[in-house]
Amino acid sequence: MHRDLVIIGGGPAGLAAAIKAREEGIDDILVIERDIELGGILKQCIHNGFGLHIFGEQLTGPEYAQKFIDKLLELGIEYKCDTMVLNITDNKKVTAVNTKDGVIEIQAKAIILSMGCRERPRGALNIPGSRPAGIFTAGTAQRFVNMEGYKIGEKIVILGSGDIGLIMARRLTLEGSQVKMVLEIMPYSSGLKRNIMQCLDDFGIPLLLNHTVVKIHGKERVGGVTIAKVDANRKPIPETFRYVECDTLLLSVGLIPENELSKNAGIVLDKVTGGPRVNESMETSVEGIFACGNVVQVHDLVDNVTKESYLAGLGAAKYIKGTAGNGGREIETYGRNGVRYVVPQKIRLDDMGDEVNLFLRVDNIYKDVYLSVSDGGKTIYKVKKRIVAPGEMESVRLKKDSILNMENDKLFVELIR
Amino acid sequence: MFDVAIIGAGAVGAFVARDLSRYRINVVLIDKELEVSEGTTKANSAIIHAGYDCVPGTLKAKLNVQGNKMFDRICDELDVPFKRIGSLVIALSKEQLDIINELYERGRANGVPGLEVIGRERLKELEPNVNEDATGALYAKTAGIISPYELALACAENAVTNGVTLKLDTEVKDIEIKKGGFIIKTSREDIETRYIVNATGLFADVINRMLKGDEFSINPRKGEYCLFDKNDGHLVNHVLFQVPTPRGKGVLVTPTVHGNLLIGPNSVNVDIKEDVSTTGNGLEYIVNCARKTMNKFSMRDVITSFAGLRASTSGGDFIINVPVQGAVNAAAIDSPGLSSSPAISEMVVQMLKEQGLKLIEKDYYNPVRKRQIRFADMSDSEREKAIEKNPLYGRVICRCETVTEGEIVDAIKRPAGARTVDGVKRRLRAGMGRCQGGFCMPKVVEILSRELGIPYMDIVKDKKGGYLFTGRIKDNYTKGDGDANA
Amino acid sequence: MEKKNLICINCPMGCRIEVTEEGGKLKVTGNSCKRGELYAISEITNPVRIVTTSLFVNDGVHPTVSVKTSREIPKKMIFKCMEKLSAITVDAPVKIGDVIVKDILNTGADIVATRNVDLRFAI
Repeated sequence: MHRDLVIIGGGPAGLAAAIKAREEGIDDILVIERDIELGGILKQCIHNGFGLHIFGEQLTGPEYAQKFIDKLLELGIEYKCDTMVLNITDNKKVTAVNTKDGVIEIQAKAIILSMGCRERPRGALNIPGSRPAGIFTAGTAQRFVNMEGYKIGEKIVILGSGDIGLIMARRLTLEGSQVKMVLEIMPYSSGLKRNIMQCLDDFGIPLLLNHTVVKIHGKERVGGVTIAKVDANRKPIPETFRYVECDTLLLSVGLIPENELSKNAGIVLDKVTGGPRVNESMETSVEGIFACGNVVQVHDLVDNVTKESYLAGLGAAKYIKGTAGNGGREIETYGRNGVRYVVPQKIRLDDMGDEVNLFLRVDNIYKDVYLSVSDGGKTIYKVKKRIVAPGEMESVRLKKDSILNMENDKLFVELIR
Repeated sequence: MFDVAIIGAGAVGAFVARDLSRYRINVVLIDKELEVSEGTTKANSAIIHAGYDCVPGTLKAKLNVQGNKMFDRICDELDVPFKRIGSLVIALSKEQLDIINELYERGRANGVPGLEVIGRERLKELEPNVNEDATGALYAKTAGIISPYELALACAENAVTNGVTLKLDTEVKDIEIKKGGFIIKTSREDIETRYIVNATGLFADVINRMLKGDEFSINPRKGEYCLFDKNDGHLVNHVLFQVPTPRGKGVLVTPTVHGNLLIGPNSVNVDIKEDVSTTGNGLEYIVNCARKTMNKFSMRDVITSFAGLRASTSGGDFIINVPVQGAVNAAAIDSPGLSSSPAISEMVVQMLKEQGLKLIEKDYYNPVRKRQIRFADMSDSEREKAIEKNPLYGRVICRCETVTEGEIVDAIKRPAGARTVDGVKRRLRAGMGRCQGGFCMPKVVEILSRELGIPYMDIVKDKKGGYLFTGRIKDNYTKGDGDANA
Repeated sequence: MEKKNLICINCPMGCRIEVTEEGGKLKVTGNSCKRGELYAISEITNPVRIVTTSLFVNDGVHPTVSVKTSREIPKKMIFKCMEKLSAITVDAPVKIGDVIVKDILNTGADIVATRNVDLRFAI
């Protein structure tokens, strides 16, 4: 089978990329989704707060997804659900499998990777103790509660104050469970302020910063956890050990881009983001393979995923049509002095439009700093920030002119007092 | 009325069941857990030892060496993954080289074939990643790695196929000794039998007491392990041991038969026979010890940590004896218990025979058990054919380990089939990969519920009481008067 | 009213705002901008929230349908609303935007479906 464009993953990223590519004139598109319906993780994110930037209204996850699904159907874009991609190669051969077609091989002209991310499991934290039932990652719990309609526990402790953990604290409370506390090992939460207020404070759920779980108790089902305060090096302080009775431990301790397929195709991954290194068109190190959404970097707002995916759809369309530029001068981007990473990692001046958006995350909370972009000597952009935090992705919009003025081909994004 | 009741469905019990299933007798295999292989067999180093470190003249020395030789045939018949990758006891100093030579001599006395003391150069060739201060090693080519619970499962499956009755979720409460037999009082029913085999691991002393045998006590000794992602599996090629000290065999570093890296165990006496919790100190200890052998693993790649209990006794050797006419104890089977298990089974069968059990071979005994279809191991054309036969092989449920719905249904429907989420995991590795079941667990629960015809509320992770759900949302909602903080 | 402490949600600053009453007027301190003041006053005088949950569906391709209040309802009504909804199941098919409960608890908000759920067996 041949397709101009194969998109792997029918969540918000894949849907937006498919729509954009079609609008840019690519007819022969196939979206492959492993779940039985399109929409990805948004289908279980039944809370509101999506789409403020793109649609100017507060949608729930399923509503946000449906807008794109409807558009996809209207445009007549082909998709296969309940279908798993097993492998992709660097010459863009996709192997997938499902119950109806069996094993499918598709030779694509271009591929867009939009597989999303997965949750860090308990093992990654190496929390000592027993291994009873009742330990769930927040996203798995979200699926059970919101989509299957089952309560995953009555007395719950949540470890990690990422947004999914906060959202689930409220969800479980509303459904009648008692959320005893949310523990965060860092001195700050990586969740959005709005979620801390409306998911925890509204219901009197304490958020314990600088705290973690040091032991899990219980034989068959969780019976409790030992929690502790941690010191500046995140080491638990023995004098602060305290037993908390609970039947469930929910983990919201981070997300990891899902790049097993990318690795198979030999795509170069960024050590910090865990996703492919991409250029201004969201193209990976393998020509004609693009990536967007949480497979590239874990976003906090789906609106940003959509925007990023439009870029990937556009880039893939140009690549297929042969209208992409010749690359031209290449600029590499680097984060330093408080900036953990910058996406895209590469900007090709011939292929960028009039401007480029750089997404970045900082490594700590900083107040009253300048976010600066320079070529190592000359500053080409500078903006004052009253506060930046690791939980909130920052972006910088750079005009082509300012990049043209750069004297060397390295671009540094950093924080300056 | 059964001829033989085997209590305990771990490696030893399952082997005995399989060995007895070739005869024209009525055999029952009893276990208190919901699945086969839930005790000591489930969590250990997964090594088939060569047999050089047992004290010559002990049962351990004899049965280890004897058992080791049997694994090629057994794993061939039972289609269980087993790799004879060899082991290396690595000396990190000159003094340790002396101990290695002692081990070599001991191994020769025990009749271990293929032993060799190798120098630094050869060691570096075999294991380029070991630490620089390694001076030499004892190379035992016959050591291997295996999946212990797959082994026990395969034995149990094969035994059931050959006519053995399997009674799970059946806890022995008491045993009444009668003339010419026993009545086993269990949590479910009374089971009458002429002979009993006590293969109850940590609880062998309890059953022995019921059988009025000479008193011994089983002392649980905990061993903790860390399992790493497959990214790290290639770091070592052999089972790497440290030189034993009076305090124990030291921490080993080994690839697993599935391609992961495993480090551990420590050795800590514990009071409670079911205390398989890991500890911060224990995990830190094994990581620090393992780094002395090989330092190239990354803690970021740890997938899970776990602990197992060894069923030890003060005497140090296995206790294989007759507590009362008609019964055989296979007790204190700590390391090298797994390696010895097929030989222990042969010995147990012989002892039953000596007590009058008549063993006449069946006409139809089938020693061959085929592992179920593994989608991940197939070529694309094999996959195509499999899906044509059963479309459910085309639906991938576990994406980390590429396990399909068809395989999960098979695992449930096979003899001694899966009943729990962890039962599916141990048979197929669904949920054992890097996401640890985050994605596939909801699907596995759905399939278990559908295929077993039981509601979600009755699905458990592993053990009775290990329920996953506490109710349906909206049922008995009582929070209406609750107040959000105004 | 005693004094009330809030954390502003308008931007990542997270200003700690204190609201007190002086002579019948609310006084807001700790905010860094006008938006903070407006937020604080509405949180004190009339805190409202959108409520979302899942309801069970009869004969649907999925066991549940996600729903929301069509507009914000008073915060103190959240649990009452959940209790009311605990008694409600929905028959498939459900269309996104379908009104499941009209004017719940006289709040002026409807409960509407936020996803489609098709009928399991077409009859």
